[in-house]
Amino acid sequence: MATVEVTFPPLPAHVRTARLVATAVARRSGIDESLLDEVRLAVGEACSRAVEAHRKHCPGQPIRVALCDDGERFEVVVTDAAPADADGEAPVAAAPRGGNGTARGAAAGDGGTAAGDGAPVAGRGTTAGVDGVILQLPADVGLAVITGLADDVHISPAGDGTSVAMSWKRRSATA
Amino acid sequence: MDLKLGHSNKDGIEVVDVEGEIDVYTAPRLRELLIELVNKKNYQLVVNMEKVEFLDSTGLGVLVGGLKRVRAHDGSLDLVCTQERILKIFRITGLTKVFGIYESVDQAIAARKAEK
Repeated sequence: MATVEVTFPPLPAHVRTARLVATAVARRSGIDESLLDEVRLAVGEACSRAVEAHRKHCPGQPIRVALCDDGERFEVVVTDAAPADADGEAPVAAAPRGGNGTARGAAAGDGGTAAGDGAPVAGRGTTAGVDGVILQLPADVGLAVITGLADDVHISPAGDGTSVAMSWKRRSATA
Repeated sequence: MDLKLGHSNKDGIEVVDVEGEIDVYTAPRLRELLIELVNKKNYQLVVNMEKVEFLDSTGLGVLVGGLKRVRAHDGSLDLVCTQERILKIFRITGLTKVFGIYESVDQAIAARKAEK
């Protein structure tokens, strides 16, 4: 059951608002304090990605964030309305920790980034100079960071857009 | 908290002090500052992130962009950061191998001087 839902226009300034709300709800739901930074960063990444996509394709439509607590897991679902493949940058398939995530369209780069398996993002789809220094981060780095932070990540089509669902197991019984 | 930026020259190296949150909203300001410094021929940079409270991949992109610019002039961009929550995103993305990351500005400057 969704405990809190937030919608916001695709403006970069509101990403911080979404982060703050997510962190506050996560704290209230009783998830471990040590996970709050992960929630904050993962939600920020998902919302940043959604804002960027909306600004390119549908700046008039809002982005939706649903924060759910089922007693065992805290889940955040960020849903955008931007066509997933419109700019040729499909989201990666992300299921690094036993999840069964799916992604609309072809997975980018080497078939999906899974930062959660310990492999760093850099080096896959990353542009490097002649001396090996990274010159540009891959376009899907935000999603890769999310997979490195959340216990489970599911990316799926949602209407015209994409839904990024990320969840953390509750490690405290306090509600 | 919003982003506060400052910079000063120390032993020939430009030290950029960053305070607050670096995200999709604030990162463009850091990008502009780094570009401005490079345009003024400051190719040895140290970004002090000890007072950074939040950093996301947008911020990482700005730092990588800054590194790209100084490297084009055989320069360097090192970081000062000891906060685990900030270091975590560098580890996840593998960027700990790309940036020199030091515990203090003095240490970063000393390491850079030693390389010359």
